[in-house]
Amino acid sequence: MSLEKLELFEVFLRSKRGLDHKHAGSLHAEDKEQALEYARDVYTRRSEGVSIWVVKSSDICASQEDDSESFFDPSDDKPYRHATYYDIPKEVGAM
Amino acid sequence: MAEYNKSEAELEAVFQQKIDSEQKIEPKDWMPAAYRKNLIRQMSQHAHSEIIGMQPEGNWITRAPSLRRKTVLLSKVQDEGGHGLYLYSATETLGIARSELIAALQSGQAKYASIFNYPAQTWGDMGAIGWLVDGAAIVNQVSLQRTSYGPYSRGMVRICKEESFHQRQGYVIMMELAKGTPAQKQMAQDSLNRFYWPSLMMFGPHDSESAHSAKSMKWKIKRETNDDLRQKFIDQTVPQIAYLGLEHPDKDLVWNEEKGQHDSGEIDWDEFYAVINGNGHSNRQRIQHHVKAHEEGAWVRDAMSAYQQKKLQRKVNAETAA
Ligand SMILES: [Fe+2]
Ligand SMILES: [Fe+2]
Ligand SMILES: [Fe+2]
Repeated sequence: MSLEKLELFEVFLRSKRGLDHKHAGSLHAEDKEQALEYARDVYTRRSEGVSIWVVKSSDICASQEDDSESFFDPSDDKPYRHATYYDIPKEVGAM
Repeated sequence: MAEYNKSEAELEAVFQQKIDSEQKIEPKDWMPAAYRKNLIRQMSQHAHSEIIGMQPEGNWITRAPSLRRKTVLLSKVQDEGGHGLYLYSATETLGIARSELIAALQSGQAKYASIFNYPAQTWGDMGAIGWLVDGAAIVNQVSLQRTSYGPYSRGMVRICKEESFHQRQGYVIMMELAKGTPAQKQMAQDSLNRFYWPSLMMFGPHDSESAHSAKSMKWKIKRETNDDLRQKFIDQTVPQIAYLGLEHPDKDLVWNEEKGQHDSGEIDWDEFYAVINGNGHSNRQRIQHHVKAHEEGAWVRDAMSAYQQKKLQRKVNAETAA
């Protein structure tokens, strides 16, 4: 198979047990098993991860930057969802 | 992999070693069946509490005394729905289906926090619930951020970030009422009186009576005991009640200089067990409402799957035409 035909995979690494997997980058591979091995070889060469996820890039459904204004707009005018909106006197301790 | 060559005892030793060295357990790790079962019980109970907990407050959305208060309350109840989702999803990583969890809730086989079987009778209760009920939940959830199961721990971190707003909005309601007319102040006192003791019960039975505590502590599912968490809540609540100028509902409460904490009166454990066993004010109503909401939502789920079918069919038609 020619290089152009290889699938694109996104690579996610968990740097330490207990933490979330974070996006690290992407790579081309024939299939998911190969993608996992490549990811190990190129993204964890200095023990950057204890766990790897690979996901076909085409399987990721992403919001569009261009639409983000209207997409995220519903939460822009709701300051009352934040704790700092409420004034709590110091005397009563942290809340 | 290598794990298949190990005996159950060896696997358990490796597992306990991870726990002892403060490493998180992740979904694909080997874990004892009892650990998995214990987590499913606790996490699903927590998820159910978030969802059933929407009812007493949801009851007041249409009656909130101003548009601002309505939007705040609506927003809080929406958050609780989200918390239920985070927790159900985290529970599903243990290999149980959402539908099984819901079925256990609806059949009464699974429990939820019994505080939600108390009715919300007045606007003051919206203050007391946010302040005390969410306040008690936060004490518990802050501790659970350090739980040994990774997905549960990360869910707790996310939830704790959102909870602070819940407690503060409740306390602001209490401050407004406490500074208001004598009737409003009385309403605040009445809500405090009704919700104080049930909030203490949220931490569960005394450590000496708690069926799940010892194992849960060894596995670090729980990080602090019921009584220690309850004590934290009792101590932090004292200055909050004092600031409101309300009377403390616990007449036996005294500062213990030696211990550096408050000694307090005994909880009515008969009431606790009565409510847990289904005889609280609103137990039947809460479950009936959940079942009804689920059934009445069936047409939405049907419409969604019909639309999905239609979209697929259109795609097939377009492809055959092309
Ligand atoms: Fe909660
Ligand atoms: Fe919540
Ligand atoms: Fe909450």
